[in-house]
Amino acid sequence: MRRFAATIVGQLLIFIGHLITAARADWRGIEPVVRQRIYYANHSSNADLPLIWTVLPAAIRRETRAVAAADYWLKNKLRAFIGRDVFHGVLIDRRAEYRTDDPIAKIVEALDEGSSIIIFPEGGRNRTEEPLMPFKAGLFNLAQQRPEIDLVPCWIDNIAHIMPTGEVIPVPLACTVTFGAPIHIREAEEKDVFLTRASDALLDLIPTRGQA
Amino acid sequence: MEMTQTHSDLLLLMAACCGLLVVATLIGEFLRSRLHKTNATLTVETYLTRVHSWWGMVFLFSIALLVGPIGIITLFAFCSLAALREFLTLTTKTNADHWALVASFYIILPLQYVFIWWGEVGLFSTLIPVYAFLFLPILSVLRGGKGSNKNVLARISETQWGLMVCVFCASYIPALVTLDIPNYGDRAPLLIAYLVFVIQMSDLMEYFAGRRIGKRKVAPAVSPKTREGIACGAAMAAGLGLLLTWMTPFSPVASIAMAVMAYMVGVGGSLVMAAIKSDRGIKNWGHLIPGQGGFVDQLDSVVFAAPVFFHVTRYYYGG
Repeated sequence: MRRFAATIVGQLLIFIGHLITAARADWRGIEPVVRQRIYYANHSSNADLPLIWTVLPAAIRRETRAVAAADYWLKNKLRAFIGRDVFHGVLIDRRAEYRTDDPIAKIVEALDEGSSIIIFPEGGRNRTEEPLMPFKAGLFNLAQQRPEIDLVPCWIDNIAHIMPTGEVIPVPLACTVTFGAPIHIREAEEKDVFLTRASDALLDLIPTRGQA
Repeated sequence: MEMTQTHSDLLLLMAACCGLLVVATLIGEFLRSRLHKTNATLTVETYLTRVHSWWGMVFLFSIALLVGPIGIITLFAFCSLAALREFLTLTTKTNADHWALVASFYIILPLQYVFIWWGEVGLFSTLIPVYAFLFLPILSVLRGGKGSNKNVLARISETQWGLMVCVFCASYIPALVTLDIPNYGDRAPLLIAYLVFVIQMSDLMEYFAGRRIGKRKVAPAVSPKTREGIACGAAMAAGLGLLLTWMTPFSPVASIAMAVMAYMVGVGGSLVMAAIKSDRGIKNWGHLIPGQGGFVDQLDSVVFAAPVFFHVTRYYYGG
């Protein structure tokens, strides 16, 4: 029953995503095939996750779990249902003092079960003027522990304009998620060097246009 | 639904469209097999994808016209929505413009089509050029926030321009049904079919002739359109204008003049839209119509021509 409801809600979110944003995937650097991957994306809005969810082909979507903040998604029952059952979230508490288990171990466990994952390496929503905030160490730790898995940069475009932080009515603008060429950690690569390289790979996907 | 003269004329025109599309499809398939693995293949493939999209558009357009004014108004309201979304996706904006954008989509756009439905020229010809023009910038200033004093003129004018092209001008296509032309009765839907048909067919003529014999580009920086292509398109428009005089309240000579005028304004429109695309570094406005790109790509010429066609018709033939 719960799974059925999750499927319905999932489809509904996808429908709304298409309706508002005419969401489109641009597979620029990699083919949309079912293969284990770590998708890492920029994060500026709560709609980011539903949007990636919308553009992923169903076969890939079924094998994909989102790494999401437990302190956000477990706040009430509805969120918990969407976070856990719809997005199959790997829920991580961002507040270290509340943690009972190692977040990286939890994600690696999901990977070892064969799932692909979606992760927002900035560690929270970007409210700055910069296109990306510095990445947290999480992506580096994952890359180190499972170096064979493709790390796929995903640039989510325009979503911040659809519903700026604090607004309630979304504007129907077109959204594109661009999937870039996968990267891998190099042997003995330093943390900062790797994270900069990962961040640059994501920034390279930004379309050029006249934005204020 | 009672079968009227207008309905049977519309059906006749649709049958003709389907006939043309059958011929167009067959020619495309024939060329594809003939030109297999040559340089021309890409042109033929583009052409065939376009033909397939036309099948869909002719189908939707026919249903809307047969349903009557409400059908055609609803159809274009949705076209406007899709077009405005494509356009405003690429304009300059900040968070300060959020209210203005919300108002554009959820208030101005529906209201424009309600006014068209009411048939009040005084309302639908002023809502966007006067009221939206004045009040949306006020909203942007009042919403304020970070960056609200940056690029102000670019932001407010790009939003306004999007509304003008995608909503105001586009709504003039269905607005043709509101024209009250003596001795023309309820035949106004035919005028819409006439305008769209003439422009689309002449555009197609220009596309092909331009590729075959085109030499001198009219705007080399933005578009492959050539003088030769446009001349052929205009000749096509003139021919169709004469041939389709029966659909209009015009005399044969006036019909030729109107068709050529609409076509020429349309060419200008697609050049302007091509310049904007080139500036924004995009090939197409969107991706929703296979082979054509977005709604704006498909509508650009008709949208530019519609208000001129409407007002000239109204001035000379209106009751």
